[in-house]
Amino acid sequence: MNRMATTFPKLRPDLQLIADMIADDARVLDVGCGDGSLLEYLMLAKRVDARGVELSQAGVNACVARGLSVIQGDADKDLQDYPSDAFDYVILSQTIQATVSPKDVMEEMTRIGKNVIVSLPNFGHWRVRWQLALSGRMPVTKSLDDPWYSTPNIHLCSIKDFINLVHNIGGVVERAVAVNSKGRARDFIGGDSFANLYAEEAVFLITRRVAG
Amino acid sequence: MTDISQTDIRTSTDESAGVQATGHVVTFSEDQPLKLDCGVSIAPVTIAYQTYGRMNADKSNIILICHALTGDQHAASSHPVTGKPGWWNYMVGPGKPIDTDRYYLICANVLGGCMGTTGPADLDPKTGKPYGLTFPVITIGDMVRAQAMLLDHLEIEDLFCVLGGSMGGMQVLQWAAAYPDRVFSAVPIATAAKHSAQNIAFHEVGRQAIMADPTWHGGDYYSHEETPRKGLAVARMAAHITYLSEAALHRKFGRNLQDRESITYGFDADFQIESYLRHQGFTFVDRFDANSYLYITRAMDYFDLAADYGGVLANAFKGSSTRFCVVSFTSDWLFPTSENRTIVLALNSVAANVSFVEIETDKGHDAFLLDEPEFHSVLSGFLDGAAIHRGLPPKS
Repeated sequence: MNRMATTFPKLRPDLQLIADMIADDARVLDVGCGDGSLLEYLMLAKRVDARGVELSQAGVNACVARGLSVIQGDADKDLQDYPSDAFDYVILSQTIQATVSPKDVMEEMTRIGKNVIVSLPNFGHWRVRWQLALSGRMPVTKSLDDPWYSTPNIHLCSIKDFINLVHNIGGVVERAVAVNSKGRARDFIGGDSFANLYAEEAVFLITRRVAG
Repeated sequence: MTDISQTDIRTSTDESAGVQATGHVVTFSEDQPLKLDCGVSIAPVTIAYQTYGRMNADKSNIILICHALTGDQHAASSHPVTGKPGWWNYMVGPGKPIDTDRYYLICANVLGGCMGTTGPADLDPKTGKPYGLTFPVITIGDMVRAQAMLLDHLEIEDLFCVLGGSMGGMQVLQWAAAYPDRVFSAVPIATAAKHSAQNIAFHEVGRQAIMADPTWHGGDYYSHEETPRKGLAVARMAAHITYLSEAALHRKFGRNLQDRESITYGFDADFQIESYLRHQGFTFVDRFDANSYLYITRAMDYFDLAADYGGVLANAFKGSSTRFCVVSFTSDWLFPTSENRTIVLALNSVAANVSFVEIETDKGHDAFLLDEPEFHSVLSGFLDGAAIHRGLPPKS
């Protein structure tokens, strides 16, 4: 594929999964781009026209100082400013559970992007279920490590819940990848109960259902 | 082209900054008039500009720096009147964010200015007397058109970057809107796409101060012995307050007294802040023409980019492939973050390539001229990124 790709610093596993879903030379918007490592990788390895939106101003300034095109913004409020079909891919990694209204965010993303890629922690994971069942208290796990009163994750969902939302907003899950606690990834289809139990995280590639 | 006479008036190396700075003056003759927004044309037009650094072979490393209201072409060379270092010395020079080892910089005195470019203090060829108030009212669009005329003359097709703060930022926006194909990247800093009512109000105070000075003589002071120094100084004092922030004024001056133990029960400059403002006012008048101040403030007041595009700012940038970086400062109340964000919003709504950075500082509007390390690292990073996309060699 790209001979340069091997020389880049290693991406977080879920970010690498996302990067692998993106075609070369695409137009990409990364919502909640953090320190910009995915954007930088896409720009250098795939010649992507990469843009980012990040909530923290310090994060934005650091990204721009690295030569990335990033603005300060909020997934809940600022996506409506973009025109429809502005991007080939809109990415939301590990952020949907922290948005105020995930449904609106998903609708905006499928409007402005031809493809939407979402990665999320799976609240249907057996360890989460086990903790709640056994202790009767809100689960605290490796990927969800804040207590209930201070967590930014206000809209947690399971894989099944998320797929349901995608269908509700007229989206189509083109690809679904489950990642287990050892970081191993495998594709799954639809409301796979096994994936919903064993996946700690999941990555989805979503398109809009063609009207008619 | 044959009718243009170009004269290099000065070649000098500014030792303090270590920059090769060259002064140029070019005059466009009567048969190349500059058409102005007010409907009249002006000729001849002289443009005075400085260049810094070296142009590369394919002319792909050229940056145009647009100066602010009271700035001039001496961004990184010592000022011929005051002898002070360039107004953007923190930013421009070898190894600095706007690196003169990598980029070729052009900075021209704006139309209506008083540092060599045609302005109200110059002779009207029709009368043989200084224009004064017969100088046509100019706009930001006219300033940019004059700069484009200069680039045509220099056979420079496009710019790697157009960059500027405050009124310079207005010119950057105008450049990106009027000549999208000539602007690879654009950095509007601490600016707005329109002048607000509050900003027009402050300018009006300044203009009235000048006009109220009896030595202004209806703008015709050139034939008298005195110039309206007091009026211009008051205008500068009032404007200078708007460039600072309450927090910075408090930090620097507080209620501290000037060279005295106690208040004097008079109208002397008891407070340090009074003394400071008087100094700012009186040093300004040595280097600035009062009528230029009237004309340039008016150009800023008239600036409303959206109005030229059917009232929708986004239309000014439709289809633009320019890479933008908008910068604002938290304590700037003259061109607040909200005004800069309006520009970002318009750019987003046409899916333009835009970065937006707000810098935390208590230094107010003037922060863009000062030592602000985070601002400098952001700008340097943005230019590096743009340079990669432009195919310029990486920083050595």
